[in-house]
Amino acid sequence: MGKLRIILTSAYVRGLIGQLVGTLLGIGFLEAIRGAMGLSPTGATFNLFGTEVAESSFVFGAIIGVIGFLSAAGVLTDWFKWMIGLKTPLNHGAPAGKPEWSRYLNVDVNHKVIGIQYGITSILVLLVGGIFAIIFRIELAQPGMQWLTNDQYNTLFSAHGIVMIASILLGVGAMTNYLVPLMIGASDMAFPRLNAFSYWVGVPSVVLILAGMAVGGWDTGWVGYAPLSLRAPLGVQLFLLGFWINGFSSIASAINVIVTTATMRAKGMTWFRMPIFVWAAVAASLIQFTATQTVGVALMMSIAERAIGLNFFSPVGGGNPILYQHLFWFYSHPVVYVFVLPGLGVISELLPVFTRKPLFGYKWIALSSLGIALVGFLVWAHHMFTAGMADSLRYLFMFTTMFVAIPTGVKFFSWVATLWEGKMSFETPMLFTLGAISVFLIGGISGPILGTVPTDLHLHDSYWVVGHFHATMFGGFIFPFFAALYYWYPKITGRMYKESLGRLHFWLMVPGFWVMSFGQMSLGIAGMRRRIADYEAGLGFEATHILVTMAALVIGWSVLIMVYNFISSARTQEKAATNPWRSRSPEWQIPSPAPEFNYDVPFEVVGDPYDYGLDESTYIQMAPAPAGD
Amino acid sequence: MGKYKHFIIVAVLVVLTTLGLKFLVFGPMFQLPVQASEQGVSIDTMFEGHFWMISFLFALIMVLVFYSAVVFRRKPGDETDGPHVHGNTALEIIWTVVPVFAVVGFGIWGGVTLKQLLSPVPDEMTIKVTGRQWAWSFQYPEYEDINSAELVLLKDQPVVLELSSSDVLHSFWVPEFRVKQDAVPGRTTTLRITPTMAGEYKVRCAEICGFDHANMLAPVRVLEQAEFTAWADERMNAPKFGEMTPEERGALWYSNEGFACEGCHTIDGTAATAPSWLSVYGRSEQLTDGTTVTVDDAYIRQSILDPQSQIVAGFEAVQMPADFGDQFSAKQAEIAATEGVEIDIINDIIAYMQTLK
Repeated sequence: MGKLRIILTSAYVRGLIGQLVGTLLGIGFLEAIRGAMGLSPTGATFNLFGTEVAESSFVFGAIIGVIGFLSAAGVLTDWFKWMIGLKTPLNHGAPAGKPEWSRYLNVDVNHKVIGIQYGITSILVLLVGGIFAIIFRIELAQPGMQWLTNDQYNTLFSAHGIVMIASILLGVGAMTNYLVPLMIGASDMAFPRLNAFSYWVGVPSVVLILAGMAVGGWDTGWVGYAPLSLRAPLGVQLFLLGFWINGFSSIASAINVIVTTATMRAKGMTWFRMPIFVWAAVAASLIQFTATQTVGVALMMSIAERAIGLNFFSPVGGGNPILYQHLFWFYSHPVVYVFVLPGLGVISELLPVFTRKPLFGYKWIALSSLGIALVGFLVWAHHMFTAGMADSLRYLFMFTTMFVAIPTGVKFFSWVATLWEGKMSFETPMLFTLGAISVFLIGGISGPILGTVPTDLHLHDSYWVVGHFHATMFGGFIFPFFAALYYWYPKITGRMYKESLGRLHFWLMVPGFWVMSFGQMSLGIAGMRRRIADYEAGLGFEATHILVTMAALVIGWSVLIMVYNFISSARTQEKAATNPWRSRSPEWQIPSPAPEFNYDVPFEVVGDPYDYGLDESTYIQMAPAPAGD
Repeated sequence: MGKYKHFIIVAVLVVLTTLGLKFLVFGPMFQLPVQASEQGVSIDTMFEGHFWMISFLFALIMVLVFYSAVVFRRKPGDETDGPHVHGNTALEIIWTVVPVFAVVGFGIWGGVTLKQLLSPVPDEMTIKVTGRQWAWSFQYPEYEDINSAELVLLKDQPVVLELSSSDVLHSFWVPEFRVKQDAVPGRTTTLRITPTMAGEYKVRCAEICGFDHANMLAPVRVLEQAEFTAWADERMNAPKFGEMTPEERGALWYSNEGFACEGCHTIDGTAATAPSWLSVYGRSEQLTDGTTVTVDDAYIRQSILDPQSQIVAGFEAVQMPADFGDQFSAKQAEIAATEGVEIDIINDIIAYMQTLK
């Protein structure tokens, strides 16, 4: 079979065709009913092939389209077969007559394949979101509108927000899927088909969000506050739907991670003997599993209010616009920890390897992840200090918010104590780990000033928040994610990336990020509002904005260097050693790339994971081959 | 020294770095705007406290990271592991408990300051603030309901702003006053400000509110007593609605003091987001559905009451709020109640349009 044919018949292409067909069928079905009843189009109508289509038909079409994608891609096939009583074995390996690489373009149930699918999609979506940012960042470099309209600007920054969140969620999925089974000695995730579903349902959701930009865009930011969202163009509806569909991915993959960790650990691996990343993955999954429903409700209420006129949030009919904010932030604050906990887990995972020292205070770090997850549920209303809620709540949430600093501080101090007297070496993964600590530190120390209400009254919705948030996301996720990509690249591909390009990437990105972060914070203090397409000349913002834009361009180029490094190294670099980092972790004791079922013989945990410097100790012992019974 | 050598060096470096960051880096980098309100005094003190904390924490962690990286790093050829140190419970407890005190301290400081910012003071002046896409208007109930598109304040006079919105969320922020409060449709929120410095500032909408959020600004003037009295007198003696001509009223409705049509419709012929009103009356316009209409009384009335129905080609369908009919009815009823005259705002606007040639 030719390459082109394999690509054209891949699950991605079939899925997209299925989504298009499903969407049109859904729209046509509802429009036919509306036509038969003689109803005139309502909501933000859209001209499709010369007819005005009602918004409710669009919503219905979009949902049918997602089902169309999943059916055509083959995600639901096994479940359909079960319904009619057919048994279906788990199919491993490439389909008969197709090359190995075609697995990555089709529905596959192996956790490593799914992890890589997550990872590549995450990087692609990251590039899309990054391009959006660069486009409007150039617009912001000078006062006055240069090359965008207000509408384009608003749509771009809104899309940047949600596209990056989608990218980060995919990245979290990449790390947890690829690493958790390997680290705990399992052959796969507990529910492989559900695992595939979690990934594949994310793809049409991203398509919906991007399609929203083409049907009017939206000007609400990624938060989609009512009542603005209720009167924004049709694009906001597809954004709400895409966001909502993405929730299925989060919930399903969280169940998988929790069950896998709870039930499939290797012999001897007690909870406090798990690699620390697994703790982070479980803590993040607990949040995803319990909080995503709330934002789902908020989004569905908005979708319904727009499409069929149910009145939840618009005060005109008795709705409550603040209610939306509570529901939204009850998820959207904790979800920040879904992003950063796996990132912080990577930092804790890599530090011992590159300092040749045990992780300082393992239990404290593990429990601080749970602590952050717990406190994270009690602070959502700090996003609403100026929203007009009762004053008593401002005091309450000020205190709960400040307490996030405690478990976060434990992590910082434990990392620093791990570095202390450590025999540090500075390969690219370690550089990015140290970069992550410095950037997450910027995010951390810029937080309490937003937590105390009096200072927040000035900084709320200013560029300080933009700086704080980006430092938290980059330090808590992007930098550790990049560290993880470099660190496990030899595990994934069997080859070593180019160290010189990795270092270049680091030395461009870290200074770039520091300039961008501090620049944004400085603008916020001086009075620059967030989410504005334009600002007046003469406020003293110009020089800083030019610096921030230049820094953003440097960051953008440096990420492209990484992408180039990964693509070219996979073809040209020499084979990597089995355990290039001299790690004790189980995944490095087997060949790279890891075999289909990970461990040919099960291993037993006989020591602590990070006992570097302790003579004669190992973390795991491969069990002897079974003795013939 | 011996065993404590590293700790002493690090402690000295942390102190020096903290001072350096505070005065040489973050000091110049984090410049608050001019402080022009009494609320700003306690808030800025708190900012100062936070900036010290930021400098210290950044110094503490970064010095330890850099020091470890430089002093303890792996020497070339050394393949051995570092010291086998698992942890230290006493240390863990210290760096959990000490931050608890810091956090509670800042929390109490914040709480006391916040209470002060929220508490009413005697002799407050009330000003009603209304946000709408994309303009602010201000009403002075204690001054015969003066209606103004600029916020005029009396220096050292505490005011309580009663904020509301006629469409979506907005947020009232004058950076020089430091404090901020959202305007929420369907409810009233409050914000207290005592301006302390005469001068000109701007209200800047801080909550994304749609297309022209960036330009949702309103002028603020803080005046001395004599100037303020003169301004208020002039505004109170302004002609009543019933005494104005329809054209004059139309111009008022058009402005930000009225219904803020000027936010989108220009009168100089430029058309950014919506058709300009210059010479619009009697003109032929092509609509998005391809038909042509003459801009007459009926078309204008229809376009105001149902803005989505007949869109001029080249413009967005969704920009204009659909509730001007309700807003006009409310205003007409209010004028009828206070002055006993019946006016028709749409007729006023049409009359005003006819003057724009």
